[in-house]
Amino acid sequence: MAAPLTLLLVVAVTIRAALYRSSLAEVIAERVEVVSPITAWKRVIEGLALLDLGVSPYSGDVFHETPLVIYLFHFLVDYAEITFMLADVISAIALYLAVKEYNKQVVRKKQKFALEADRYPQDCLELIRSPKEMLYIPLKVAMFYLLNPFTILSCVAKSTCGLNNAPQIITPHCFKISFAVFLCLATYQSIYPLTLCAPAMLYLMQRQYIPVNYRRASFWWFVVQYLFMYLGSLFVLICLSFFLLGSWDYLPSVYGFILSVPDLTPNIGLFWYFFAEMFEHFRLFFLCVFQINVFFYTVPLSIKLKDHPVFLMFMQLAVISIFKSYPTVGDIALYMALLPVWSHLHRFLRNIFLVSCVLLACSVLFPVLWHLWIYAGSANSNFYYAITLLFNVAQILLVSDYFYAFLRREHHLIHGLYLKKKDGSEATLVLK
Amino acid sequence: MAAYVNRCSNLLVFIFILSVFLFVDSQQTTPVNEQHTNTADNPQPAAESATQTAEEGRWEATEVDEAALGDSAADKLGVRASDTFVLTPTPQPKDDFQEELVIRPLHSGDIYASFQFRTLWETDFMRENKVSHYRLFPKSLGQVISKFSVRELHISFTQGYWRTMQWGQPFLPSPPGAELWVWFQDSVTDVDAAWKELTNVLSGIFCASLNFIDSTNTVQPSASFKPLGIVNETDHRFLRYATLPREIVCTENLTPWKKLLPCGSKAGLAVLLKSEKLFHSSFFSQTVHIRPVCQDRECKTTSWELRQTLNVVFDLHTSGQGKREWSLFKMFSRTLTEACPLASSSKIYIDVTDNPQEEYFELSPATPLLSQAVVLGDRRTFSVYDLTQQVTFGTVRSLNLLIRWKSTEGDMLRPLLHAERYVAGYGLQTGEIHTVMYNNHPFRSFPVLLLDSVPWYLRLYIHTLTVTSKGKDNTPSYIHYQPSKDRMRPHLLEMLVQLPPHSVTEVTVQFERALLKWTEYTPDPNHGFYVGSSVISALVPSSVAMDTNITQEQPLFSSFFPCKEESSYFVRVYTEPLLVNLPTPDFSMPYNVICLTCTVVAVGYGSLYNLLTRSFQIEEPNPRLAKKIANFIRRIRGVPLLS
Repeated sequence: MAAPLTLLLVVAVTIRAALYRSSLAEVIAERVEVVSPITAWKRVIEGLALLDLGVSPYSGDVFHETPLVIYLFHFLVDYAEITFMLADVISAIALYLAVKEYNKQVVRKKQKFALEADRYPQDCLELIRSPKEMLYIPLKVAMFYLLNPFTILSCVAKSTCGLNNAPQIITPHCFKISFAVFLCLATYQSIYPLTLCAPAMLYLMQRQYIPVNYRRASFWWFVVQYLFMYLGSLFVLICLSFFLLGSWDYLPSVYGFILSVPDLTPNIGLFWYFFAEMFEHFRLFFLCVFQINVFFYTVPLSIKLKDHPVFLMFMQLAVISIFKSYPTVGDIALYMALLPVWSHLHRFLRNIFLVSCVLLACSVLFPVLWHLWIYAGSANSNFYYAITLLFNVAQILLVSDYFYAFLRREHHLIHGLYLKKKDGSEATLVLK
Repeated sequence: MAAYVNRCSNLLVFIFILSVFLFVDSQQTTPVNEQHTNTADNPQPAAESATQTAEEGRWEATEVDEAALGDSAADKLGVRASDTFVLTPTPQPKDDFQEELVIRPLHSGDIYASFQFRTLWETDFMRENKVSHYRLFPKSLGQVISKFSVRELHISFTQGYWRTMQWGQPFLPSPPGAELWVWFQDSVTDVDAAWKELTNVLSGIFCASLNFIDSTNTVQPSASFKPLGIVNETDHRFLRYATLPREIVCTENLTPWKKLLPCGSKAGLAVLLKSEKLFHSSFFSQTVHIRPVCQDRECKTTSWELRQTLNVVFDLHTSGQGKREWSLFKMFSRTLTEACPLASSSKIYIDVTDNPQEEYFELSPATPLLSQAVVLGDRRTFSVYDLTQQVTFGTVRSLNLLIRWKSTEGDMLRPLLHAERYVAGYGLQTGEIHTVMYNNHPFRSFPVLLLDSVPWYLRLYIHTLTVTSKGKDNTPSYIHYQPSKDRMRPHLLEMLVQLPPHSVTEVTVQFERALLKWTEYTPDPNHGFYVGSSVISALVPSSVAMDTNITQEQPLFSSFFPCKEESSYFVRVYTEPLLVNLPTPDFSMPYNVICLTCTVVAVGYGSLYNLLTRSFQIEEPNPRLAKKIANFIRRIRGVPLLS
C-alpha cells in the first residue's frame, strides 16, 4: 500500500506547489471562505511585522493566533509553503495510519469476536464488512483529505487551519501520553477540540480493555490519569506561551476573541450576520447560547456512542466545524476526510444525493454571491447570508444522516436486517 | 462753533450714558470705553509705542476716576468692592489685546482673509487661589484651563479644504472638520478622564459635536504635535489629539467664538464677521489656541496667550458677476469705522508683494505705510492700515478697502511642500491608502513627520507599508505604530521620512474593511465613513533668514509657530480627509436574521436530539380514526372488536 500512498502524496504536493506558483494563490488567500480572522496568513505576517517593530502583536486586534504559531513562523516564515504542505502531508499520513489501525481493530477484535460468538443474526451477514473491501479505505481517506478542494484551498491560502488540523488528526494514532499532548495542542490552538477529550478517552479505554462503567474504580482511575496529563500539558503550553512573550495579553486576544466574536467579517458560519444584526442587549445571551451549543452535544453523544469512539470523534469534529465561531472550509475538509470510513453506511443514508448537491451548489455560489455583494454591488449581504444558511443546513443534514445511518446499522446488527411485523409482513423502522 | 460744541456735548452725554450702561453690563469694559472717548476726542498721531504708554497711563487714571466718581446704585457697590479687593493686593492685571486682518489676493482670483486676535494675560491659572477677576481674557476658557489643568489647547473648526497648490500655504493650517489637541499639565493623574470631560465642556462652549470625541478617535502622537508654547516637558502621555472630519461648521459655532473676543462683534475688525457672508465662501476656518508664552527674551515672566484666528477664502470671481474687483463691503457686507477700543493694536495688512508697481491690481484708498515680514520662508511686503489712527478712516469715517484687478497674469511661488491622499482599490473588502508628498525644493531634501490616525474599522496591515520616492524604496528612519483595538482605539502611524529634493514620495498601506454591527453605522451608511486628514509636519528650508526672536514685535500672522533656527521654518500640511465605504448589512431585517439563524441552529439541535433520545422501533400502523370509533362503540355494546 505504500506505493499508491506515495503517489498520492506526490500528486497532492504537486498540485499545491503548482497553485503556489500561480496567480490564483493571492486570490485564494483573500477569500473569506478559506481564511478567517484567526487563521489568515496575512495576519500572521502582520503579527511578525509588529514583533519586528517592537509592538506586542496582541496589543492590536489584527493578530489572533497563539504565541507558539508566531514563534514557529518566526523561524519558518521563509519556508511557509513547505511547512503548510508538510502539515498536510503529515496529516494525511496520520489519517492513513489511524484509519488502518481502526479498521484492523474493527475486523480483528469486534467483528471476529462477534461472529465467533454468533452474536449477529443470520441475515446480517451482508452488513458485515469484509477485510477486502476495507483494504482501500485508509487510502481513500488520505485521498479525501489531500485532494479535497477545500484542503487544497486552505493550504494554498496558507491558512493556519491546516496546522490546527494536524494535531487533531494525529491524536487517535498515539499512545496515552502523546495522545494527551496532541489533543491539548489542538485545544490550545482553538479551544473547541476540548470536546474531543471524550472520544479520545473512550478510544484509549477501548484499546486497553477498560470497561466504560462508572461504577468501576479502574474507569475513574483512568479518567483522572488522563485528565491530569491533559490539563498538565495544557498548563505547560500556556506557561510556555507566557514565557515566550512575557505577558498574558494573548489570552484575551486569542481565546477571548474566539469566544466573544468581536470580528464580524463574513465567513461560512452562522455567527457573523447573526451578531451583526443582533440587538445589543441580547448579544451576551445569544453569544452564550451559541457557544454552549458547540460544547453541549459532547455528553449525550458520548453516552450514546460510548462503544464507538471513532464515530463519536467524527460527530464532534462535524459539530465543531458547523457551529464554531470562525469556521473555514479547512475545518469542513477535516471531517469530510473521514466520510470514506463510513462507506458501509451508504445503504442507510436517506438524502445523501440532495445534500451533496446542495453542498456543491453552495460551494459554487459562495464566490458568486460574494462578488455580487462586495464588488458588483448588485446584491446585498442577505444573498451571501442566505447561502451560508443553506450550506450549514446541508452540513447539519449530512451529519445527522450519517448519525441516523450509523444508529440504524447498529440496530440491525442486533435485531436482524429484515424485520418482520407480528403478522409476518415486512416492517418499517421508525424512531420513537 | 456753537453748533459744534452742542454736538460735542450731546455726544459726551450719550457716551456717558452708554458707559454707565456698559458698567452695569460688565465692569471691565467701562473704563476703557471712557478712555476710548478720550482718545477719540484728541487723536494722537504720535508713534505707536508712545501712544501705548500714554494710553495705559490714562487708562489707570480713568479707572481711579471712575472709582472716585462713585455711583448711587447700591447693587454696583458689591461689584466695585470685589473689584478693589482683587486689585489692591495684586498688581494691575497685565493684559493686552491685539487684532489684525491680513488680506492676500490669491493668484486663482480668490481672496484670502485671515483675522488674528490675540489676548495676552500675565497670570497663573494653576496657582492655589483661583483666578476670579477676568478682564480681556474670556472667563469661560480661563475656567476650563484651571479646572482641567490644561497646558495648551488648540481647537479648529473648518469648512472646506485648503487647496495648497492653488492658494499656497495658509498662515495657520487646519484640517477639514474639527480638530482638537490638548497638552495637559503633568500634575494631571487621569488624563483620559480629564480629556473626556474637557471635550464635553468644549462641546458646550462651541456648540459643536466635540462630545463625539472618545477613545475610538483619540490618539497620542509621539512626535508630530509638540507644545507650541513654553516647553518644559514633552511626555506624550499628556497629549491628546482628535479630529472629527465629519463635523459641519456653521453659524452656531461662529457665534460662541465671537463672544470670546473682548469687543464681541460690536467693534473693531470683528464687525466684519457676519455669518451670512462668511459661510458663503470656499474655505472657512476658525481656531482657538491657548498656550503659555514668554514675555521677554529671557523668559522671566510668562503669560497666557489666547489666539483666535479666522481664515476665509472668498471666491469672488464666480460670485462677483464677472468683474474682478472686491472690497471689504463686497466680502463682508460691512465697512470698518473704528478699531476695537480695547485693542492695543488694530491693523489691516494687504499683501502687495507681487504688486510693487501696481501693475497687477490697484488698491484704494492708498496707504503710505508699508511693512515687511518674513512669512513661511518668504519675505513679504504688506500695505498697512492702522485702525487706531483716525486718518485711516478718512473724511467719510469709514474704511472700505477696494482692490481692482488689472491683469490676470502672474504665477504663484509653488509651495515647497504639499501632500494629497486617496484611497485606491475597488470593492468593499480591501483597499489601499495612498499618501503622496511633494518636495518642490530644487536642491534641498528635508525630513517630514507623517501622522495618520485611521479608525479601527479599516484594519491596517503595517507589513504592507511601502514608502517610495523616485521609484526607489525610502525606508522611514522612525516609525511609531500603535495597532487598533476593535471599538476601543484607532490605528496611529507616525513616521519620519526624508523627502529627496524635487521629488514625489508615495506612502501606501493596505487595509481591510470591517463589517460593523448594524447599530454602529451612521444614519446614512452608504455615504461612507470619514477618515481624518494625515498630518505632515516639516521643517522646510527657508530662502530668507527666519526671525528667531519670538518676543520681538512682529505681525501676529507671522509669529504663530515658534522658530528655532534661521535656515528653516515650520510647516504643517493637512491632506484631504478620506471617505471610505464599508460593507453594510441589511438594516431592515434584524428580526428575520435572528429567526432564520436560530431556526438553523434549532434544526441542528433538533435532529441530533431526535437521534439521541429516541430508539428504533418497528412501526405498528395506527388504526384509523373511523376504526377507533367503531371499536369504541363495539366495546360499549360488548361486541368483539374489529382487528
